[in-house]
Amino acid sequence: MMPDLGKYAFAVLASYGVSVLLVLGIVVLSVWQGARVRRALAEVEARQGKTDG
Amino acid sequence: MSIWEYANPKKFMQTSGLVLPWVAGLSALCIVAGLVWGFFLTPDDYRQGSTVKIIYLHVPSAMMAINAWGMMLVTSLIWLVRRHHVSALAAKAAAPVGLTFTVIALVTGAFWGQPMWGTWWAWDPRLTSFLILTLFYLGYIALWQAVEDPDTAADLTAVLCLVGSVFALLSRYAVLFWNQGLHQGASLSLDKKENVADVFWVPLVVCIAGFVLLFLTLVLVRTRTEIRARRLSALLARERMA
Repeated sequence: MMPDLGKYAFAVLASYGVSVLLVLGIVVLSVWQGARVRRALAEVEARQGKTDG
Repeated sequence: MSIWEYANPKKFMQTSGLVLPWVAGLSALCIVAGLVWGFFLTPDDYRQGSTVKIIYLHVPSAMMAINAWGMMLVTSLIWLVRRHHVSALAAKAAAPVGLTFTVIALVTGAFWGQPMWGTWWAWDPRLTSFLILTLFYLGYIALWQAVEDPDTAADLTAVLCLVGSVFALLSRYAVLFWNQGLHQGASLSLDKKENVADVFWVPLVVCIAGFVLLFLTLVLVRTRTEIRARRLSALLARERMA
């Protein structure tokens, strides 16, 4: 199943590894920041009796 | 119906909330399909060997790094001309995503360049202008953080974005202006002779579609966060004054 990458195995696998890590990093960071702000906003709105727009 | 309706944060939140799951799902589907197809099911190139598999990451990320700046330029101009807050927040939201694609393009380019050119890096016109674009991304993000007043920050970063656009354009077209660079010309072309072979082209286009949709997904998620953060700070300010 795994293709024979020959002498270029390091270059190819490192490219895929670093790219996957960076993409996962920005996705997780964006979702985490979004959840954190949404929670904080919900708390303040509940305190002030308002709803999210 | 007008596109300016989406400058209303409430309308933007409603519409983006509906669209987001579909865009995110389609993005994941295209990226997984394109990368699996490209990595496992395409042959080696007769000159570049298995390093050709890096094309499915390098080309879409480099393309999106430049296009993200283009999107920031358009939204910055909308902010400067029409003063729509959502457009300024969308530009702010896009910058870290664009930076991520820029770093991916630089790193995969280095991994590809070392076995093909014999060096990780060269002061080639395209590479150099791309590196400067990376520095502009960092400067843009830092400027948003450094200025306390959000409208002033939006003004200053919009101007920075206009200046940085020169390097975004150079990154794309430098190979046409200067011949002495190591970097090859465009991988995708309407000219059949210049275009990559069909066996590589199809999965590459699927990966590009996936990266475009991933960018759109992340910009929507982050813009929604910025809108909520703006509302949060307004409510907290009102609470402090009460």
